[in-house]
Amino acid sequence: MAEKKSLGKEFTKGLIKENPVLRLVLGTCPTLAVTTSVSSAVGMGLSATAVLVCSNIVISLLRKVIPPKVRIPAYIVVIASFVTIVQMVVKAFLPDLNDKLGVYLPLIVVNCIILGRAEAFAGKNKVLPSAVDGLGMGVGFTIALCCMGLVRETLGSGTFLSGVSSINNGSGLAIPFLSQHPMLIFVLAPGGFFVFGLLMACANKLAEEKGLPKAVLHGCENCPMAKSCTIKEKENCASGEEVAK
Amino acid sequence: MSYSKELLSIFVTYILTQNFILSKFLGICPFLGVSKKLNTAVGMSAAVIFVMMISTAVTYPIFNLLTAMGLEYLETIVFILVIAALVQLVEIAMKKYIPSLYNALGIYLPLITTNCAVLGVVLLNIDTNGYSGDLANFGRAMVCSLGAGLGFMLAMVMFAGVRSRLEGADIPKFLKGLPITLIAASLTSLSFLGFAGLVENMFA
Repeated sequence: MAEKKSLGKEFTKGLIKENPVLRLVLGTCPTLAVTTSVSSAVGMGLSATAVLVCSNIVISLLRKVIPPKVRIPAYIVVIASFVTIVQMVVKAFLPDLNDKLGVYLPLIVVNCIILGRAEAFAGKNKVLPSAVDGLGMGVGFTIALCCMGLVRETLGSGTFLSGVSSINNGSGLAIPFLSQHPMLIFVLAPGGFFVFGLLMACANKLAEEKGLPKAVLHGCENCPMAKSCTIKEKENCASGEEVAK
Repeated sequence: MSYSKELLSIFVTYILTQNFILSKFLGICPFLGVSKKLNTAVGMSAAVIFVMMISTAVTYPIFNLLTAMGLEYLETIVFILVIAALVQLVEIAMKKYIPSLYNALGIYLPLITTNCAVLGVVLLNIDTNGYSGDLANFGRAMVCSLGAGLGFMLAMVMFAGVRSRLEGADIPKFLKGLPITLIAASLTSLSFLGFAGLVENMFA
């Protein structure tokens, strides 16, 4: 079914309609962890996009070579190689960003968006649609991270674009009232959960106006490990309640 | 600071102040996904503690080997593969030899392979506890994983309790489902902010 859609549709679906963070609820860890400022959010988003596009291309090229039984380990190797490359590039050219992202940069390997797209799309589709799908999802991820980062940075530290060395020596533009009275809680951990919750509520409201279903935690359907997972039969794991309502 | 005191301080830090879920945002997927029932939450976290401990025990010597060969840049790819293979092996062995334990923990094991909390603790141990192969550092790394695992369990169990109270609550329409869960997580995380500074003062 996916092949019949035009490439444009493959790209745009990742931006809004199937936004990986706000609609599919994937990749929540980096969404919460690196969005204390817009610049680190963009850095994370672009790094993940690069990995996503490259790994989608390679996995799609190899889709007939990889035996289905060992596909998950094979995907992980491909993804981990690209993450290593991105890690080296960031370390070499953007050391500040590397310090900010810290352990979350290598953790792109276990970002469920990337493995999820490999499993759901790139493993079944041709190279060009897979690349476009990866790009769309990556840009969608970046947009969602930017929204989080914008809210958290503005309210939490009262600046805009801090960390970009060309603006004010890296301290960013100060926002008049907020920079004197920053609400520190927004850059701390609780603020991350809170802003994400509210953003999700807004996304749900917009989705309802458009007649789309609410975002639910796709714990089982989208999880790349779903096939080998037996929790589903034993307990109703992830999203029973959320689907019902 | 004596070594045992240092270990204790690492242990408490990773349970309370640097809680993996609530302040480091590692392992959010199981936190939101499997915390609906208390027994599932406990089973999942017990499996996480177990996998964290064995992964650290195995990857720490491997990193020394990589350093010796000058291949540190391969750490990400090597660690994820080692963890994945290890979890599979443990699952098979457990199924064969300890079926009762397999019934309790086994079902969660495949899920944990691609869990960022496990890879996170392994990478963090390498970053913070240095690479030198001496036994003292290995001890620190193991205590750190145990603390991180127990902190994971604490957050999961607490949050399972919070969620069971949410079930019957009257929630505004657009906050229903995931948004209210995240806001509840935010409040749980806020309570852990109260521990800030605790470890420094306790072990000063």
